[in-house]
Amino acid sequence: MTLTIDGVYKQFGRFPALAGVTLEVRDGEFLALLGPSGSGKTTLLRVLAGLDKPDHGCVWLDGVDFLALSARERRIGLVFQHYALFRHMTAARNIAFGLEVRPRALRPSRAQIAARVEELLSLAQIEGLGGRYPAQLSGGQRQRVAVARALAVEPRLLLLDEPFGALDSKVRKELRGELRRIHDATGVTTILVTHDQEEAMALADRVVLMNHGRIEQIGAPAELDAAPASPFVFTFLGETNRLACEVAAGVARFEGFAAPVICPVQPADGPAVALFRPEDTRLDAGPRAEGLPARVADIRGRGPVRSITCQVLSGQRLVAEIAEAAAERFEIGQRVHVTVRRVVLDAGESGRRGALVEPASPVRLTA
Amino acid sequence: MSASNLPDRRVGGLVPALLLVLALGWLALVIGAPLATVLAEAFSKGMGTFLATFHEPDALAAIRLTLLVAAVAVPLNAAFGLAAAWSIAKFEFRGRSLLLTLIDLPLSLSPVVSGLVWVLLFGARGWFGPWLEGAGIRVIFAVPGIVLGTILVTVPLIARELIPLMAEQGTDEELAATTLGAGGWTVFRRVTLPNVRWALLHGVLLCNARAMGEFGAVSVVSGHIRGLTDTLPLHVEALYNDYDFVGAFAAATLLAGLAVVTLVAKTVLERAMPMAIR
Repeated sequence: MTLTIDGVYKQFGRFPALAGVTLEVRDGEFLALLGPSGSGKTTLLRVLAGLDKPDHGCVWLDGVDFLALSARERRIGLVFQHYALFRHMTAARNIAFGLEVRPRALRPSRAQIAARVEELLSLAQIEGLGGRYPAQLSGGQRQRVAVARALAVEPRLLLLDEPFGALDSKVRKELRGELRRIHDATGVTTILVTHDQEEAMALADRVVLMNHGRIEQIGAPAELDAAPASPFVFTFLGETNRLACEVAAGVARFEGFAAPVICPVQPADGPAVALFRPEDTRLDAGPRAEGLPARVADIRGRGPVRSITCQVLSGQRLVAEIAEAAAERFEIGQRVHVTVRRVVLDAGESGRRGALVEPASPVRLTA
Repeated sequence: MSASNLPDRRVGGLVPALLLVLALGWLALVIGAPLATVLAEAFSKGMGTFLATFHEPDALAAIRLTLLVAAVAVPLNAAFGLAAAWSIAKFEFRGRSLLLTLIDLPLSLSPVVSGLVWVLLFGARGWFGPWLEGAGIRVIFAVPGIVLGTILVTVPLIARELIPLMAEQGTDEELAATTLGAGGWTVFRRVTLPNVRWALLHGVLLCNARAMGEFGAVSVVSGHIRGLTDTLPLHVEALYNDYDFVGAFAAATLLAGLAVVTLVAKTVLERAMPMAIR
């Protein structure tokens, strides 16, 4: 079951929510649509669910024109941000709904429906809660019911719209693992919409990073980390430090050290602003160490990693993430030398300079 | 909703106590006293005279007509209220706010006007009067006119109960039902309607009470033909004008009783409403 999204364009008023999105979703894949608010990820999900019609572009599911089908006919499982459980029905009735509303000829028998509900309750690990009303369930339990309800119709696609948004962080982490387990158990092609990069990177096989209605980059989490296609991708996926540098032949030169540039398309040689991650930032306290001289200003954090803030001579502050054991060698006020493992160059004022994935098909004016 | 976070009444010293006494005193004066008078007058000549009022054919006819009018007006308004509330609360369309205003109009309109418009339309010298006359249909001074007058007055009551609730509930549940394969009618019957059933019942109660008690609009269109076009409120007036005070107050007791039953039913409903729906 392959889902092909081809040049999908959708405008709300004068604002293009989807400015030509082309994407192929593989069978059984767990895909995350990641992006800031207004990036078009939710609109794309709504187009797939049949709740919005694109202005132009096509969506095919195994060669069948998906856009010609109504939301009712698509057989997709949609989990809403706030779950949209039927408040006057018990969890079990919620889950059974999709089976009970089938035309008589296709409807399973009462016993079959009851068995399927039990099966889904246990898949979602909420056995025994079938008799409760949504108002009597916790946020996490409601989400499990919503997922079970969506899976009851054996959907061709499972669509999840920010499903963790309404949960506290502990429950969120737990349910993340649950969702992945359910995906692996059922094998259903799953598309998750989220603005939380950590969530997308932790859960998905591939991440589609969107911005301004376009796809910035598609790739496995490790690929996005190793080779960000644009400064936007790099800054969106994690914390960044900024430092002025001089670029020459794919290497960023700083005072006292140099670092390779990992973003594939780079601005011309000359002065630039480098972006780099705290975890790629190294500190050396040795007397003959190389690197940019700086002074330790602050040490924070607990657990295996410490965040050390340093101030360079120009007054700028950089954050380095250092393993706990190594961090013990540093103290506030100490002189250190900073080096960086790898950098991405900021596109600067021109905005999108450096993007590898060019905006997909240009806006077509005819339908 | 039960345990409020209001401070204890005693915290504010004398002022809350004074206000409470004032409010209760006012209620006793303007509601309690008249109600007591109605009962006292109705039973002033004993139980026998009280009951005799309801053996008169005119009184029975009035009761029957009142029930008939309510039986027609309430379901029609329930159907309209559901349709209007659904469209207003769940869809954006041109004329949405106009529709909202129109629904509210009867609340600010004198019931006499609500009666007069029908006379203007369907009366002997009204716009459609002669044409209806030709077809042998009587609207004004007949049952259809009374029903129309009652409907116009009670139009907002059910829609008003439903609109805020439906708007608050949003459309996510309906969309969820649709993606699960339910058709439009199934979505309405199994999701939309059950979600508002308590508010609907509440609205029906209010609408029914008002439909049975309506005087102004009905008075204009009824023609006051005893035993034929007098509803219970009109019958009360007629008896009163005949100086049959016991009869008038006895019939009024019935109407007051209806109000009390409505109130009790309303309270019971609110208590019974499951937490999930509130």
